[in-house]
Amino acid sequence: MTLTTQSDTIQELTVEEIRAKLGTKMPIEDPEEHMLLSMGPQHPSTHGVLRLLLELDGERIVNLANDIGFLHTGIEKTMESKTYTKALVMTDRMDYLAPMSNNYGYILAVEKLLDVEVTPRAETIRLILVELARISSHLVWLATHALDIAAMSVFLYCFREREYILDLFEMVAGQRMMVSYFRPGGLWRDVPEEFEPAVRKFLDFMPSRIADYEALLKNNPIWLARTKGVGTISADDAIAWGLSGASLRGSGVDWDIRKTMPYGGYEKYEFDVPVGTDGDVYARYRCRMQEMSESLRIIRQALDKLPKGAVNIDDRKIVPPPRAELGRSMEAVIHHFKLWTEGFSAPAGYVYQAIESPRGEFGCYLRGNGGPKPARVHFRTPSYVNLACLPMLSKGVFVADLVAIIGSIDIVLGEIDR
Amino acid sequence: MSTDYNELAKDRIAAAFPNAILDVVDFRGTRTLIINPPQLKPIARFLRDDEALRYNYISDICADDMLPELTNGDVEDRFAVNYHLLSMSNKHRLRLRVPVEDPDNGPETLTDLWPVAEWLEMEVWDLMGIRFKGNDDLRRLFLPEDWQGHPLRKDYPLGYEEVQFSFNWEAIDAKKPYAKD
Repeated sequence: MTLTTQSDTIQELTVEEIRAKLGTKMPIEDPEEHMLLSMGPQHPSTHGVLRLLLELDGERIVNLANDIGFLHTGIEKTMESKTYTKALVMTDRMDYLAPMSNNYGYILAVEKLLDVEVTPRAETIRLILVELARISSHLVWLATHALDIAAMSVFLYCFREREYILDLFEMVAGQRMMVSYFRPGGLWRDVPEEFEPAVRKFLDFMPSRIADYEALLKNNPIWLARTKGVGTISADDAIAWGLSGASLRGSGVDWDIRKTMPYGGYEKYEFDVPVGTDGDVYARYRCRMQEMSESLRIIRQALDKLPKGAVNIDDRKIVPPPRAELGRSMEAVIHHFKLWTEGFSAPAGYVYQAIESPRGEFGCYLRGNGGPKPARVHFRTPSYVNLACLPMLSKGVFVADLVAIIGSIDIVLGEIDR
Repeated sequence: MSTDYNELAKDRIAAAFPNAILDVVDFRGTRTLIINPPQLKPIARFLRDDEALRYNYISDICADDMLPELTNGDVEDRFAVNYHLLSMSNKHRLRLRVPVEDPDNGPETLTDLWPVAEWLEMEVWDLMGIRFKGNDDLRRLFLPEDWQGHPLRKDYPLGYEEVQFSFNWEAIDAKKPYAKD
């Protein structure tokens, strides 16, 4: 007997082929009665090009298998052929909703390998931008998550505020999304003068906008019915399945790397880590909403004590000399030439640096071999690891709830496939 | 004074599993324990369940290919798998590193300890080609089903042809894929 996927134009699979593909992972429990359905890769609710293979009993999911790789571009392999500075631009393209966070995780790993510390001003500016990226990423999450559950208007409001943040990124980096603004040893350049007032303006209007989103959703009966008690995962399971970020905290695990193992000066700021209790879609939603307000708190404190001074360290072996110096110093010309042709060499050894990205623990494993190019780069991307629990979470739920669950674990396919 | 969990982890493992730690590497504040492959799984279980250590979270599994750095040509040391463990109660990270002699006969899977390990090991298999014993779900994840080779290996070309010079002409010629007489 031949079962087909719903759309014959995409792919036609026999039961045997699907079995062979999935191994023992997803035996078809009842080939006579159950329907196999391919959801995605071009499905609006899979947040990119995720393909899910569903075995359905009516509208209930009996089994589910993830099929990923549609966006695989071999970023880890390509980075091995670039210098440490040039490889940076690849990291923007993984999590395209929070490129600043990816830059940050990679740059911190490079700096750990080199054993350098950046200036206080660079550290504070990085922190402000990473928190802005967190808000902008959460805005897209909220927008699409609400859209999946048919709350259309939230989408429009969220994108309005996100646009403002992207304008801030363009102001500092010249790019809205692919910023590559953080460099080993500091920043590409200092922020312009109008940056601080623009961020302050954002801090002033944003709390009321967050209140608007809350008013639309928090006590909305449809929203509550669609999210409460759906996709529940216990704290122990969440840890065993390697969940991180708001997906972990929604289950009541008080773990935020910014708080528990601070990096980049987070220990100097006052903020709370929102923790849920129920571990369902609604709890994860509450955590992310509150995280936005906490990020605003961090940004306000950071702006208030933004130190003056240089944004790059003085080490000419890592940071290229300023343009003006090239006209009068032969040494500067040599450094400039060496850095842009060969790059700097990093010592042999391996480091792992984890940061709390908007989606969870973003880890960068970096192995140097003494040369100017990394011998191995590996990214532990939160979306990839969070996706692993989807087959377990979606057992027995309705297809409509699956859409809510996918939205709540907040995946970005660029980051999953790399 | 805070406990030195690096030392504690090493001492407790050394006490429970004599001769299992092949080497200890400290670099930039993180300790790496190089573990004798057959003892990986018992040690991981011990680290997870030990009251004083409680490495209850597995952050990452990733593999290394050291091919160009092998000066003596000893291909048995070519691959290694890193396990990044995290103890949430002690706020401490530890790396276990396992040398892999034969990629088709790699370390034992940790799926029983952390279900997510199965998913992480799938990535290592797909891109680096290391098989984990007991993981029966090693399928192509990122790459198409019919893909040949494992791209993160160092001998897998990046897409361009290597330039031949007089001193390495034959070495590169030998691995170029064209019909030789």
